[in-house]
Amino acid sequence: MHFLSLIGGVVLTFLGHLGRLTIFAGTSLSHCLRPPFYWRRVASQMVDIGYFSLPVVGLTAIFSGMVLALQSYTGFARFSAGSETAVANVVVVSLTRELGPVLAGLMVAGRIGASMAAEIGTMRVTEQIDALTTLSTNPFKYLVVPRLIAGLLMLPVLVLVADIIGVFGGFLVSVYKLGFNAASYINNSYDFMQAFDVISGLIKASAFGFVIALMGCYNGYYSKGGAQGVGAATTNAVVSSSILILTLNYIITELFFGT
Amino acid sequence: MTAKISLTDVRKSFGPKKVLDGITLDIAPKESVVVIGGSGTGKSVLLKCVLGILLADFGAIKVDGEEVAQVPASDRDAVNRKFGMLFQGSALFDSLPVWENVAFGLLQREHLSRAEAKDRAVATLAKVGLGSDVAMLSPAELSGGMQKRVGLARAIAGEPEIVFFDEPTTGLDPIMADVINDLIVACVRKQGITALSITHDMHSARKIADRICMLYQGKLIWVGPSSEVENSGNPYVDQFVHGAAEGPIKMQVHR
Ligand SMILES: Nc1ncnc2c1ncn2[C@@H]1O[C@H](COP(=O)(O)OP(=O)(O)OP(=O)(O)O)[C@@H](O)[C@H]1O
Ligand SMILES: [Mg+2]
Repeated sequence: MHFLSLIGGVVLTFLGHLGRLTIFAGTSLSHCLRPPFYWRRVASQMVDIGYFSLPVVGLTAIFSGMVLALQSYTGFARFSAGSETAVANVVVVSLTRELGPVLAGLMVAGRIGASMAAEIGTMRVTEQIDALTTLSTNPFKYLVVPRLIAGLLMLPVLVLVADIIGVFGGFLVSVYKLGFNAASYINNSYDFMQAFDVISGLIKASAFGFVIALMGCYNGYYSKGGAQGVGAATTNAVVSSSILILTLNYIITELFFGT
Repeated sequence: MTAKISLTDVRKSFGPKKVLDGITLDIAPKESVVVIGGSGTGKSVLLKCVLGILLADFGAIKVDGEEVAQVPASDRDAVNRKFGMLFQGSALFDSLPVWENVAFGLLQREHLSRAEAKDRAVATLAKVGLGSDVAMLSPAELSGGMQKRVGLARAIAGEPEIVFFDEPTTGLDPIMADVINDLIVACVRKQGITALSITHDMHSARKIADRICMLYQGKLIWVGPSSEVENSGNPYVDQFVHGAAEGPIKMQVHR
């Protein structure tokens, strides 16, 4: 009996959060469409998310590309000796379709999701959000909307950069370590690259960017109880957006490529 | 004449804890009212209920005759424009420099250009005794008392009709505290704002108040002109005014 009530309690809390999150997302979206717009805030968030995430995303991408080339070469060697075309193909397809968006998404979730939750959470517990409202500024418009828009727009840009850097990483390993011919590797990569692979990756990226900003803002906005509460909000933002990214990734893949 | 702010039987609880238990108070236009009362009696909660940051559980709150008790702050734009608020913890925006904090309302409500808004901000900062060199600093670089004064400047910069001051002189030296008292008096007398202030400082209360109210156990147990606070005939008020540990108010301490 006690066990059942425990499960019931967990389910109810979960549903409560889900409802609150849905309302939060709906309110935010409706504010995205109604003026006033704070373009200055949007721009500064875009710099924050796009520009300052470049090093993290770039490093992640280059090593992933390198490992991918190495692994697929040694892996394929078991079936057919050193197929150059296969390596180039695997690197391009898996980076643009999967690894680019997912890895960039997860890295940005750690970097940006956490900082959004911490910043908005601190503003909540130090009454800055109340101060905003009394100064005739809607906190959704001023704090949440710029972050959502910046996430939505900048993640695809980051992922595009990650795709390019990742393919370059694969190129480095293939040419300098595995001794492939540089020109034919580039040719192969180019031949195998399909616009739809890249586009589907960018659409995923947009969705991930939205989810990261949404979870960061949501957890920050409802944080309470001082430094400890802000800490919990930060953790929740990163964990929940990471899980949502992986879940969404499957759903979007299923939609695009599932038969 | 209708009251600028009118509270009728306002109640607010947090869980089982009754913080406000039937507050009734009318504040006339251009009047300065001070609320005194022990720490944790609900003075800040009272201000937040009027502002709509917290929603009262029960009762009516009217601003210029408009009922606002159940309207959250985010849904009452026109009413918000009448208010300036100094938060107890200052609540400065730490992502913005000091001048932009002070000019925030000017930029949002009056859509001044940034240059104009900055000039107004620097002028307002001068009123609270802060030089133009402070304007470019970030709030985190200021002392607690300076942050308080920036918060005060932010509250009055837009020349609102009503200003709430939550402990305006706490954390200031006695001389600066008196400068701030004079500033609040000047706002009320010259600009004709309606002020509702909270303070623990009886000197400050006597100076800025037309009327003083004492909040105790969720009720206003005494309301009267500030000149009568010395001999109110109310033992609770007497104890508070004279800061005596012995009296009808029992602090929850164990020795
Ligand atoms: N958001 C909240 N949630 C739960 N309880 C609260 C909340 N805000 C205030 N309280 C409680 O309400 C009571 C009154 O708080 P309030 O901040 O109004 O005190 P105060 O009179 O302003 O005290 P002080 O002079 O120390 O500032 C306190 O006991 C506090 O615990
Ligand atoms: Mg208080």
